[in-house]
Amino acid sequence: MSITVQNPGLLTSVQDGGRIGYQQFGVSVSGVMDPRAMKVANILVGNEENEAVLECTMMGPQLQFDAANVIAITGGDLGPTLDGQSVATYAAFVVQAGQTLRFTALRSGCRAYIAFAGGLDIPPVMGSRSTYMKAKIGGLNGRRLEKGDVIGFRAPNPNVLNLVQRRIAPEVRACNAYAVRVLMGPQDDMFTPAGIETFLSETYTVTNEFDRMGCRMEGAVIEHKNGGDIISDGIAFGAIQVPTAGKPIIMLADRQTTGGYTKIANVITADFRIIGQLKGGDRVRFVKTTIEAAQDALLTERAALRALRTMTGPAKLKERKPRKA
Amino acid sequence: MPNVRFLLTGDTSLSAEFGNEISETINAQIRAFTIALDHSKIPGIVELVPTYRACMIHYDPGVISYRALTRRLESLLGSLDSIEIPPSDVLEVPVLYGGEEMGPDLAFVAEHAGLSEQEVIDIHTSTEYLIYMLGFTPGFTYLGGMSDKLETPRLKQPRVKIPAGSVGIAGKQTGVYPIDSPGGWQLIGRTPVKMYDPNRETPILPKAGQYIKFRAIDRAEYDAIAAQAENNEYVCRTYPRGEATT
Repeated sequence: MSITVQNPGLLTSVQDGGRIGYQQFGVSVSGVMDPRAMKVANILVGNEENEAVLECTMMGPQLQFDAANVIAITGGDLGPTLDGQSVATYAAFVVQAGQTLRFTALRSGCRAYIAFAGGLDIPPVMGSRSTYMKAKIGGLNGRRLEKGDVIGFRAPNPNVLNLVQRRIAPEVRACNAYAVRVLMGPQDDMFTPAGIETFLSETYTVTNEFDRMGCRMEGAVIEHKNGGDIISDGIAFGAIQVPTAGKPIIMLADRQTTGGYTKIANVITADFRIIGQLKGGDRVRFVKTTIEAAQDALLTERAALRALRTMTGPAKLKERKPRKA
Repeated sequence: MPNVRFLLTGDTSLSAEFGNEISETINAQIRAFTIALDHSKIPGIVELVPTYRACMIHYDPGVISYRALTRRLESLLGSLDSIEIPPSDVLEVPVLYGGEEMGPDLAFVAEHAGLSEQEVIDIHTSTEYLIYMLGFTPGFTYLGGMSDKLETPRLKQPRVKIPAGSVGIAGKQTGVYPIDSPGGWQLIGRTPVKMYDPNRETPILPKAGQYIKFRAIDRAEYDAIAAQAENNEYVCRTYPRGEATT
Protein backbone atom coordinates (compact mmCIF):
# COMPACT_ATOMS: atom_id res chain seq x y z
CA MET A 1 0.00 0.00 0.00
CA SER A 2 2.39 2.66 -1.16
CA ILE A 3 3.71 4.93 -3.84
CA THR A 4 7.14 4.65 -5.42
CA VAL A 5 8.97 7.77 -6.50
CA GLN A 6 10.12 7.21 -10.08
CA ASN A 7 11.25 10.81 -10.46
CA PRO A 8 11.27 13.29 -7.56
CA GLY A 9 10.77 16.42 -9.65
CA LEU A 10 12.49 19.68 -8.72
CA LEU A 11 11.70 19.71 -4.99
CA THR A 12 9.04 17.46 -3.52
CA SER A 13 8.68 17.01 0.24
CA VAL A 14 6.20 15.81 2.85
CA GLN A 15 4.58 18.77 4.64
CA ASP A 16 1.62 19.34 6.96
CA GLY A 17 0.28 22.23 9.02
CA GLY A 18 3.72 22.72 10.58
CA ARG A 19 5.65 21.97 13.77
CA ILE A 20 3.88 24.07 16.39
CA GLY A 21 5.26 24.74 19.87
CA TYR A 22 9.02 24.50 19.37
CA GLN A 23 9.93 27.94 18.02
CA GLN A 24 11.12 28.97 21.49
CA PHE A 25 13.76 26.21 21.13
CA GLY A 26 14.94 27.41 17.73
CA VAL A 27 12.98 24.85 15.70
CA SER A 28 11.49 26.29 12.51
CA VAL A 29 7.76 25.70 11.95
CA SER A 30 8.17 24.37 8.39
CA GLY A 31 4.87 23.04 6.96
CA VAL A 32 3.23 23.85 3.63
CA MET A 33 3.85 27.14 1.87
CA ASP A 34 0.20 27.46 0.75
CA PRO A 35 -1.93 26.33 3.71
CA ARG A 36 -5.21 27.02 1.90
CA ALA A 37 -4.33 24.65 -0.96
CA MET A 38 -3.32 21.92 1.52
CA LYS A 39 -6.57 22.27 3.46
CA VAL A 40 -8.74 22.16 0.34
CA ALA A 41 -6.89 19.07 -0.95
CA ASN A 42 -7.34 17.28 2.38
CA ILE A 43 -11.03 18.15 2.64
CA LEU A 44 -11.62 16.91 -0.93
CA VAL A 45 -10.27 13.46 -0.01
CA GLY A 46 -11.97 13.42 3.40
CA ASN A 47 -8.88 13.99 5.58
CA GLU A 48 -8.28 16.31 8.51
CA GLU A 49 -7.32 19.74 7.14
CA ASN A 50 -3.71 19.61 8.32
CA GLU A 51 -2.93 16.02 7.28
CA ALA A 52 0.48 15.60 5.62
CA VAL A 53 0.55 16.07 1.84
CA LEU A 54 3.25 16.13 -0.82
CA GLU A 55 4.37 19.64 -1.73
CA CYS A 56 5.66 19.70 -5.32
CA THR A 57 7.64 22.66 -6.62
CA MET A 58 7.40 23.88 -10.23
CA MET A 59 8.31 20.51 -11.78
CA GLY A 60 6.25 17.78 -10.15
CA PRO A 61 7.26 14.19 -9.42
CA GLN A 62 6.44 10.92 -11.14
CA LEU A 63 4.75 8.53 -8.71
CA GLN A 64 3.70 4.94 -9.25
CA PHE A 65 0.87 3.59 -7.12
CA ASP A 66 0.99 -0.03 -5.99
CA ALA A 67 -2.39 0.22 -4.27
CA ALA A 68 -5.58 2.07 -5.13
CA ASN A 69 -6.43 5.28 -3.29
CA VAL A 70 -8.30 8.53 -3.72
CA ILE A 71 -6.17 11.63 -4.16
CA ALA A 72 -6.68 15.33 -4.91
CA ILE A 73 -4.20 17.81 -6.39
CA THR A 74 -4.52 21.51 -5.56
CA GLY A 75 -2.42 24.67 -5.58
CA GLY A 76 -0.49 25.65 -8.68
CA ASP A 77 -1.32 23.74 -11.88
CA LEU A 78 1.79 21.71 -12.74
CA GLY A 79 -0.04 19.77 -15.47
CA PRO A 80 -0.91 16.47 -13.76
CA THR A 81 -1.55 13.35 -15.87
CA LEU A 82 -2.55 9.82 -14.91
CA ASP A 83 -1.14 7.19 -17.27
CA GLY A 84 -0.73 9.98 -19.80
CA GLN A 85 -4.29 11.32 -19.52
CA SER A 86 -4.73 14.81 -18.19
CA VAL A 87 -6.51 14.97 -14.79
CA ALA A 88 -8.34 17.88 -13.21
CA THR A 89 -6.89 19.82 -10.28
CA TYR A 90 -9.09 20.67 -7.29
CA ALA A 91 -10.97 17.38 -7.74
CA ALA A 92 -10.79 14.06 -5.90
CA PHE A 93 -10.30 11.00 -8.10
CA VAL A 94 -9.39 7.35 -7.81
CA VAL A 95 -5.95 6.10 -8.76
CA GLN A 96 -5.79 2.35 -9.36
CA ALA A 97 -2.89 0.11 -8.40
CA GLY A 98 -0.29 0.18 -11.15
CA GLN A 99 -1.15 3.64 -12.42
CA THR A 100 1.43 6.42 -12.72
CA LEU A 101 0.92 10.06 -11.81
CA ARG A 102 3.13 12.56 -13.62
CA PHE A 103 3.35 16.31 -14.01
CA THR A 104 4.05 17.72 -17.43
CA ALA A 105 4.22 21.51 -17.38
CA LEU A 106 3.89 24.48 -15.05
CA ARG A 107 0.73 26.38 -15.98
CA SER A 108 0.01 28.50 -12.90
CA GLY A 109 1.43 29.19 -9.46
CA CYS A 110 4.56 27.49 -8.14
CA ARG A 111 3.57 24.64 -5.83
CA ALA A 112 1.09 21.79 -6.15
CA TYR A 113 -0.22 19.72 -3.23
CA ILE A 114 -1.18 16.06 -3.42
CA ALA A 115 -3.44 14.78 -0.64
CA PHE A 116 -3.96 11.04 -0.18
CA ALA A 117 -7.12 9.70 1.49
CA GLY A 118 -6.16 8.35 4.91
CA GLY A 119 -2.79 10.13 4.91
CA LEU A 120 0.81 9.03 4.46
CA ASP A 121 2.64 6.56 6.70
CA ILE A 122 5.25 9.00 7.97
CA PRO A 123 6.22 9.09 11.67
CA PRO A 124 5.59 12.47 13.33
CA VAL A 125 8.66 14.20 14.81
CA MET A 126 7.90 16.74 17.53
CA GLY A 127 4.24 16.51 16.68
CA SER A 128 4.52 17.05 12.92
CA ARG A 129 5.22 15.13 9.71
CA SER A 130 6.65 18.23 8.00
CA THR A 131 10.12 17.95 6.50
CA TYR A 132 12.54 20.48 8.01
CA MET A 133 15.40 19.95 5.60
CA LYS A 134 17.96 22.19 7.30
CA ALA A 135 17.75 20.20 10.56
CA LYS A 136 17.13 16.91 8.71
CA ILE A 137 14.00 15.98 10.63
CA GLY A 138 10.41 15.01 9.76
CA GLY A 139 9.02 13.84 6.44
CA LEU A 140 10.89 11.01 4.78
CA ASN A 141 14.21 10.78 6.67
CA GLY A 142 14.32 14.55 7.03
CA ARG A 143 14.92 15.18 3.34
CA ARG A 144 13.27 15.89 -0.01
CA LEU A 145 12.01 12.90 -2.02
CA GLU A 146 14.52 11.02 -4.15
CA LYS A 147 14.21 8.49 -6.93
CA GLY A 148 13.33 5.04 -5.59
CA ASP A 149 11.73 6.26 -2.35
CA VAL A 150 8.68 4.32 -1.21
CA ILE A 151 6.05 6.01 0.94
CA GLY A 152 3.27 3.96 2.50
CA PHE A 153 -0.40 4.91 2.87
CA ARG A 154 -1.67 5.00 6.45
CA ALA A 155 -5.35 4.17 5.87
CA PRO A 156 -6.05 4.31 2.11
CA ASN A 157 -9.68 4.63 1.10
CA PRO A 158 -10.33 4.04 -2.62
CA ASN A 159 -14.06 4.15 -1.89
CA VAL A 160 -14.39 7.74 -0.69
CA LEU A 161 -18.08 8.67 -0.76
CA ASN A 162 -19.67 11.42 -2.87
CA LEU A 163 -16.76 11.57 -5.29
CA VAL A 164 -18.64 13.68 -7.84
CA GLN A 165 -19.23 16.39 -5.23
CA ARG A 166 -15.55 16.50 -4.36
CA ARG A 167 -14.44 19.15 -6.83
CA ILE A 168 -14.31 22.93 -6.92
CA ALA A 169 -13.00 25.54 -9.34
CA PRO A 170 -9.19 25.90 -9.27
CA GLU A 171 -8.16 28.68 -6.90
CA VAL A 172 -4.66 29.61 -8.11
CA ARG A 173 -4.82 32.04 -10.99
CA ALA A 174 -2.03 33.98 -12.67
CA CYS A 175 -2.17 37.73 -12.18
CA ASN A 176 -0.21 40.63 -13.65
CA ALA A 177 0.47 42.12 -10.23
CA TYR A 178 -0.77 40.43 -7.07
CA ALA A 179 -2.26 42.71 -4.41
CA VAL A 180 -1.09 41.34 -1.06
CA ARG A 181 -2.68 42.72 2.10
CA VAL A 182 -0.33 43.53 4.98
CA LEU A 183 -0.44 44.73 8.57
CA MET A 184 2.24 47.33 9.31
CA GLY A 185 4.70 46.38 12.06
CA PRO A 186 6.46 45.31 14.16
CA GLN A 187 9.31 47.68 13.16
CA ASP A 188 7.51 50.07 10.78
CA ASP A 189 8.59 52.93 13.07
CA MET A 190 12.21 52.34 11.99
CA PHE A 191 11.43 53.53 8.44
CA THR A 192 11.07 57.10 7.21
CA PRO A 193 7.62 58.27 6.03
CA ALA A 194 9.09 58.22 2.51
CA GLY A 195 10.18 54.64 3.05
CA ILE A 196 6.68 53.58 4.12
CA GLU A 197 5.23 55.44 1.13
CA THR A 198 7.62 53.61 -1.22
CA PHE A 199 6.74 50.23 0.28
CA LEU A 200 3.00 50.80 -0.14
CA SER A 201 3.05 52.36 -3.60
CA GLU A 202 5.76 50.58 -5.61
CA THR A 203 5.48 47.20 -7.33
CA TYR A 204 8.07 44.60 -6.30
CA THR A 205 9.29 41.73 -8.46
CA VAL A 206 10.22 38.29 -7.11
CA THR A 207 13.88 37.50 -7.88
CA ASN A 208 15.19 34.01 -8.60
CA GLU A 209 16.17 33.73 -4.94
CA PHE A 210 12.93 32.28 -3.65
CA ASP A 211 12.70 29.10 -1.64
CA ARG A 212 10.92 27.66 1.37
CA MET A 213 12.79 30.03 3.70
CA GLY A 214 11.98 33.26 1.97
CA CYS A 215 11.28 35.21 -1.16
CA ARG A 216 13.69 38.01 -2.11
CA MET A 217 12.20 40.91 -4.06
CA GLU A 218 13.62 43.58 -6.32
CA GLY A 219 12.27 47.11 -6.55
CA ALA A 220 12.51 50.61 -5.15
CA VAL A 221 14.69 50.95 -2.04
CA ILE A 222 12.69 51.28 1.18
CA GLU A 223 14.34 53.95 3.29
CA HIS A 224 15.22 53.30 6.94
CA LYS A 225 15.74 55.98 9.56
CA ASN A 226 18.95 54.38 10.91
CA GLY A 227 19.64 51.16 9.05
CA GLY A 228 17.97 47.78 9.15
CA ASP A 229 19.60 46.06 12.11
CA ILE A 230 17.70 45.29 15.30
CA ILE A 231 18.27 43.17 18.38
CA SER A 232 16.93 39.79 17.21
CA ASP A 233 13.28 38.97 17.81
CA GLY A 234 10.72 36.43 16.58
CA ILE A 235 9.65 36.10 12.95
CA ALA A 236 6.11 35.14 11.87
CA PHE A 237 5.10 33.50 8.57
CA GLY A 238 4.71 36.28 6.00
CA ALA A 239 6.94 38.78 7.81
CA ILE A 240 8.42 41.27 5.34
CA GLN A 241 12.00 41.75 6.39
CA VAL A 242 13.90 44.75 5.04
CA PRO A 243 17.67 44.69 5.69
CA THR A 244 19.71 47.87 5.39
CA ALA A 245 19.96 47.53 1.59
CA GLY A 246 16.23 48.32 1.51
CA LYS A 247 14.93 45.39 -0.56
CA PRO A 248 12.10 43.33 0.97
CA ILE A 249 12.24 39.60 1.74
CA ILE A 250 9.02 37.74 2.57
CA MET A 251 9.76 35.15 5.26
CA LEU A 252 8.10 31.78 4.65
CA ALA A 253 7.66 28.26 6.07
CA ASP A 254 11.32 27.34 6.71
CA ARG A 255 12.28 30.78 8.07
CA GLN A 256 14.56 30.92 11.09
CA THR A 257 12.66 31.43 14.32
CA THR A 258 14.45 34.68 15.12
CA GLY A 259 16.24 37.34 13.14
CA GLY A 260 18.06 40.63 13.42
CA TYR A 261 16.58 42.69 10.56
CA THR A 262 13.73 45.20 10.62
CA LYS A 263 10.33 43.85 9.61
CA ILE A 264 8.22 46.58 8.04
CA ALA A 265 4.96 44.62 7.83
CA ASN A 266 3.41 41.15 7.83
CA VAL A 267 1.24 39.55 5.14
CA ILE A 268 -2.22 38.64 6.48
CA THR A 269 -3.12 34.95 6.82
CA ALA A 270 -5.88 35.09 4.19
CA ASP A 271 -3.22 36.07 1.60
CA PHE A 272 -0.70 33.31 2.43
CA ARG A 273 -2.29 31.50 -0.52
CA ILE A 274 -0.79 34.21 -2.76
CA ILE A 275 2.71 34.41 -1.28
CA GLY A 276 3.00 30.61 -1.05
CA GLN A 277 2.65 30.44 -4.83
CA LEU A 278 5.05 33.24 -5.88
CA LYS A 279 7.91 32.48 -8.25
CA GLY A 280 10.66 34.42 -9.99
CA GLY A 281 9.32 37.28 -12.11
CA ASP A 282 5.96 37.58 -10.32
CA ARG A 283 4.99 41.13 -9.38
CA VAL A 284 3.49 42.17 -6.05
CA ARG A 285 1.93 45.30 -4.57
CA PHE A 286 1.54 45.61 -0.81
CA VAL A 287 -1.79 46.96 0.44
CA LYS A 288 -2.16 48.14 4.01
CA THR A 289 -5.09 46.80 6.01
CA THR A 290 -6.26 46.74 9.63
CA ILE A 291 -6.06 44.01 12.24
CA GLU A 292 -9.87 43.82 12.38
CA ALA A 293 -10.16 43.38 8.60
CA ALA A 294 -7.35 40.82 8.59
CA GLN A 295 -8.92 38.72 11.34
CA ASP A 296 -12.33 38.98 9.65
CA ALA A 297 -10.79 37.70 6.42
CA LEU A 298 -9.17 34.80 8.30
CA LEU A 299 -12.45 33.80 9.95
CA THR A 300 -14.27 34.11 6.61
CA GLU A 301 -11.74 31.77 5.04
CA ARG A 302 -12.22 29.25 7.84
CA ALA A 303 -15.99 29.42 7.36
CA ALA A 304 -15.52 28.75 3.63
CA LEU A 305 -13.47 25.65 4.43
CA ARG A 306 -16.15 24.44 6.83
CA ALA A 307 -18.76 24.97 4.10
CA LEU A 308 -16.63 22.94 1.70
CA ARG A 309 -16.46 20.15 4.28
CA THR A 310 -20.26 20.21 4.58
CA MET A 311 -20.73 20.28 0.82
CA THR A 312 -18.49 17.27 0.22
CA GLY A 313 -20.26 15.24 2.90
CA PRO A 314 -18.79 12.32 4.82
CA ALA A 315 -15.98 10.30 3.23
CA LYS A 316 -17.00 7.04 4.87
CA LEU A 317 -20.25 5.42 5.92
CA LYS A 318 -20.83 5.88 9.60
CA GLU A 319 -20.49 2.69 11.53
CA ARG A 320 -23.87 1.65 12.83
CA LYS A 321 -24.25 1.45 16.53
CA PRO A 322 -25.10 -2.08 17.58
CA ARG A 323 -28.73 -2.40 18.60
CA LYS A 324 -29.46 -3.02 22.18
CA ALA A 325 -30.56 -6.55 22.80
CA MET B 1 5.05 47.59 35.77
CA PRO B 2 7.47 47.55 32.85
CA ASN B 3 6.77 49.79 29.88
CA VAL B 4 5.62 47.29 27.27
CA ARG B 5 4.62 47.92 23.66
CA PHE B 6 2.35 45.51 21.79
CA LEU B 7 3.44 45.35 18.16
CA LEU B 8 1.57 43.69 15.31
CA THR B 9 3.37 40.75 13.76
CA GLY B 10 0.53 39.68 11.49
CA ASP B 11 -2.98 38.61 12.44
CA THR B 12 -2.18 35.47 14.47
CA SER B 13 0.66 36.76 16.64
CA LEU B 14 1.92 39.88 18.36
CA SER B 15 5.18 40.96 19.92
CA ALA B 16 5.23 42.24 23.49
CA GLU B 17 8.34 44.44 23.45
CA PHE B 18 9.96 45.14 26.82
CA GLY B 19 12.82 47.39 25.72
CA ASN B 20 15.49 47.91 23.13
CA GLU B 21 18.69 46.63 24.68
CA ILE B 22 20.27 43.36 25.71
CA SER B 23 20.05 43.37 29.49
CA GLU B 24 19.52 40.80 32.21
CA THR B 25 16.83 43.02 33.76
CA ILE B 26 14.71 43.12 30.60
CA ASN B 27 15.21 39.41 30.00
CA ALA B 28 14.12 38.69 33.58
CA GLN B 29 10.93 40.73 33.02
CA ILE B 30 10.21 38.68 29.90
CA ARG B 31 10.74 35.47 31.83
CA ALA B 32 8.36 36.64 34.56
CA PHE B 33 5.82 37.63 31.92
CA THR B 34 5.96 34.25 30.15
CA ILE B 35 5.56 32.41 33.47
CA ALA B 36 2.59 34.60 34.39
CA LEU B 37 1.15 34.08 30.92
CA ASP B 38 1.48 30.31 31.22
CA HIS B 39 -0.43 30.45 34.49
CA SER B 40 -3.02 32.95 33.26
CA LYS B 41 -4.98 30.44 31.19
CA ILE B 42 -5.85 33.16 28.69
CA PRO B 43 -7.74 31.19 26.02
CA GLY B 44 -6.46 30.94 22.46
CA ILE B 45 -2.73 31.28 23.14
CA VAL B 46 -0.89 28.79 20.94
CA GLU B 47 2.83 29.39 21.42
CA LEU B 48 5.24 31.80 23.14
CA VAL B 49 8.63 32.75 21.70
CA PRO B 50 10.72 34.77 24.16
CA THR B 51 13.74 36.60 22.71
CA TYR B 52 16.29 39.14 24.01
CA ARG B 53 13.85 41.97 24.58
CA ALA B 54 10.43 40.75 23.46
CA CYS B 55 8.03 37.87 23.72
CA MET B 56 6.14 36.80 20.60
CA ILE B 57 2.68 35.49 21.39
CA HIS B 58 0.99 33.28 18.79
CA TYR B 59 -2.77 33.03 19.23
CA ASP B 60 -5.92 31.87 17.49
CA PRO B 61 -8.12 34.82 16.46
CA GLY B 62 -11.01 32.37 16.24
CA VAL B 63 -10.81 32.12 20.03
CA ILE B 64 -9.62 35.60 21.03
CA SER B 65 -9.38 38.77 18.97
CA TYR B 66 -6.37 41.08 18.96
CA ARG B 67 -8.20 43.73 21.01
CA ALA B 68 -9.45 41.26 23.60
CA LEU B 69 -6.01 39.68 23.90
CA THR B 70 -4.15 42.96 24.38
CA ARG B 71 -6.65 43.98 27.10
CA ARG B 72 -5.98 40.71 28.93
CA LEU B 73 -2.21 41.14 28.51
CA GLU B 74 -2.32 44.69 29.87
CA SER B 75 -4.13 43.58 32.97
CA LEU B 76 -1.68 40.71 33.38
CA LEU B 77 1.23 43.18 33.22
CA GLY B 78 -0.49 45.27 35.88
CA SER B 79 -0.50 42.33 38.27
CA LEU B 80 3.00 41.09 37.44
CA ASP B 81 4.47 42.37 40.69
CA SER B 82 2.07 40.27 42.73
CA ILE B 83 2.98 37.00 41.01
CA GLU B 84 5.70 34.96 42.63
CA ILE B 85 8.39 34.09 40.11
CA PRO B 86 10.58 31.14 41.11
CA PRO B 87 14.36 31.51 40.67
CA SER B 88 15.79 30.42 37.32
CA ASP B 89 17.16 26.93 36.98
CA VAL B 90 20.83 26.35 36.28
CA LEU B 91 21.57 23.61 33.75
CA GLU B 92 24.92 21.99 34.45
CA VAL B 93 26.71 20.92 31.27
CA PRO B 94 29.74 18.62 31.59
CA VAL B 95 32.60 19.51 29.22
CA LEU B 96 35.87 17.83 28.34
CA TYR B 97 38.20 20.78 27.69
CA GLY B 98 41.20 20.86 25.38
CA GLY B 99 42.90 18.19 23.32
CA GLU B 100 43.21 17.94 19.56
CA GLU B 101 39.92 16.07 19.18
CA MET B 102 37.62 17.96 21.55
CA GLY B 103 39.07 21.42 22.07
CA PRO B 104 41.66 22.13 19.38
CA ASP B 105 41.59 25.91 19.92
CA LEU B 106 41.99 25.95 23.72
CA ALA B 107 45.72 26.64 23.38
CA PHE B 108 45.06 29.57 21.05
CA VAL B 109 42.39 31.04 23.33
CA ALA B 110 44.80 30.76 26.28
CA GLU B 111 47.66 32.35 24.36
CA HIS B 112 45.39 35.14 23.08
CA ALA B 113 44.25 35.86 26.65
CA GLY B 114 47.75 35.57 28.13
CA LEU B 115 46.52 32.81 30.44
CA SER B 116 47.29 29.15 30.97
CA GLU B 117 44.87 26.58 29.56
CA GLN B 118 43.82 25.68 33.11
CA GLU B 119 43.07 29.34 33.86
CA VAL B 120 40.84 29.53 30.76
CA ILE B 121 38.97 26.43 31.95
CA ASP B 122 38.64 27.83 35.49
CA ILE B 123 37.22 31.11 34.21
CA HIS B 124 34.91 29.43 31.67
CA THR B 125 33.47 27.08 34.32
CA SER B 126 33.06 29.73 37.02
CA THR B 127 30.22 31.67 35.37
CA GLU B 128 26.49 31.04 35.22
CA TYR B 129 25.62 32.08 31.67
CA LEU B 130 22.12 33.47 31.09
CA ILE B 131 20.27 31.86 28.16
CA TYR B 132 18.80 35.00 26.60
CA MET B 133 17.07 33.04 23.86
CA LEU B 134 17.33 30.12 21.45
CA GLY B 135 17.39 30.44 17.69
CA PHE B 136 19.46 29.99 14.53
CA THR B 137 19.23 26.16 14.70
CA PRO B 138 17.29 23.84 17.03
CA GLY B 139 18.77 24.16 20.50
CA PHE B 140 21.28 26.94 19.75
CA THR B 141 21.56 29.18 22.83
CA TYR B 142 22.44 32.87 22.84
CA LEU B 143 24.35 33.13 26.14
CA GLY B 144 25.36 36.21 28.07
CA GLY B 145 27.91 36.77 30.77
CA MET B 146 31.25 35.49 29.48
CA SER B 147 34.30 37.06 31.09
CA ASP B 148 35.97 39.74 28.94
CA LYS B 149 39.27 37.95 29.57
CA LEU B 150 38.20 35.10 27.28
CA GLU B 151 37.12 37.27 24.36
CA THR B 152 38.71 35.77 21.21
CA PRO B 153 38.12 36.55 17.53
CA ARG B 154 36.53 33.92 15.30
CA LEU B 155 38.70 31.66 13.15
CA LYS B 156 39.88 33.35 9.97
CA GLN B 157 38.92 30.22 8.05
CA PRO B 158 35.67 28.62 9.35
CA ARG B 159 35.60 24.84 9.75
CA VAL B 160 33.41 22.90 7.32
CA LYS B 161 32.03 20.58 9.98
CA ILE B 162 31.93 21.11 13.71
CA PRO B 163 30.59 18.11 15.66
CA ALA B 164 27.46 18.49 17.78
CA GLY B 165 28.35 19.21 21.41
CA SER B 166 31.35 21.39 20.61
CA VAL B 167 31.83 24.27 23.05
CA GLY B 168 33.24 27.41 21.53
CA ILE B 169 34.06 31.09 21.88
CA ALA B 170 33.40 33.75 19.23
CA GLY B 171 34.13 37.35 20.17
CA LYS B 172 32.24 38.04 23.40
CA GLN B 173 30.01 34.98 23.01
CA THR B 174 30.29 31.42 24.18
CA GLY B 175 28.01 28.49 23.46
CA VAL B 176 27.43 24.90 22.42
CA TYR B 177 26.82 23.65 18.87
CA PRO B 178 23.62 21.56 19.16
CA ILE B 179 23.97 19.91 15.72
CA ASP B 180 26.84 19.23 13.34
CA SER B 181 27.33 22.45 11.40
CA PRO B 182 29.97 24.58 9.73
CA GLY B 183 31.30 27.46 11.81
CA GLY B 184 34.10 29.76 12.82
CA TRP B 185 34.03 29.54 16.61
CA GLN B 186 37.19 28.78 18.57
CA LEU B 187 36.56 25.28 19.93
CA ILE B 188 37.71 24.82 23.52
CA GLY B 189 35.94 21.59 24.46
CA ARG B 190 33.01 19.27 23.90
CA THR B 191 30.08 18.00 25.94
CA PRO B 192 28.95 14.37 25.66
CA VAL B 193 25.40 15.53 26.43
CA LYS B 194 22.97 15.79 23.52
CA MET B 195 21.59 19.30 23.81
CA TYR B 196 19.17 18.41 21.00
CA ASP B 197 17.65 15.07 20.12
CA PRO B 198 14.49 15.26 17.99
CA ASN B 199 13.30 11.82 19.12
CA ARG B 200 13.65 12.43 22.87
CA GLU B 201 10.63 13.29 25.02
CA THR B 202 12.27 16.65 25.75
CA PRO B 203 13.92 17.28 22.38
CA ILE B 204 15.84 20.35 23.52
CA LEU B 205 17.43 20.66 26.97
CA PRO B 206 18.16 24.39 27.40
CA LYS B 207 15.32 26.88 27.80
CA ALA B 208 15.31 30.67 27.51
CA GLY B 209 15.59 32.30 30.93
CA GLN B 210 17.60 29.43 32.42
CA TYR B 211 21.33 29.60 33.09
CA ILE B 212 24.04 27.25 31.86
CA LYS B 213 27.06 26.36 33.97
CA PHE B 214 29.86 24.30 32.49
CA ARG B 215 31.64 21.65 34.58
CA ALA B 216 35.06 20.33 33.57
CA ILE B 217 35.26 16.55 33.27
CA ASP B 218 38.02 14.10 32.34
CA ARG B 219 38.09 11.59 29.49
CA ALA B 220 36.80 8.69 31.61
CA GLU B 221 33.75 10.67 32.73
CA TYR B 222 33.21 11.92 29.18
CA ASP B 223 33.08 8.36 27.89
CA ALA B 224 30.78 7.23 30.70
CA ILE B 225 28.34 10.10 30.11
CA ALA B 226 28.49 9.61 26.33
CA ALA B 227 27.51 5.95 26.78
CA GLN B 228 24.59 6.92 29.01
CA ALA B 229 23.54 9.70 26.63
CA GLU B 230 23.53 7.22 23.76
CA ASN B 231 20.95 5.14 25.65
CA ASN B 232 19.01 8.23 26.66
CA GLU B 233 19.86 7.57 30.31
CA TYR B 234 21.91 10.62 31.21
CA VAL B 235 20.11 13.50 32.90
CA CYS B 236 21.87 16.85 33.23
CA ARG B 237 21.85 18.17 36.76
CA THR B 238 19.66 21.23 37.22
CA TYR B 239 19.26 23.29 40.36
CA PRO B 240 17.61 26.56 41.30
CA ARG B 241 19.97 29.50 40.87
CA GLY B 242 21.46 30.66 44.15
CA GLU B 243 21.56 27.23 45.74
CA ALA B 244 24.88 25.61 46.60
CA THR B 245 26.40 24.02 43.55
CA THR B 246 28.14 21.12 45.25
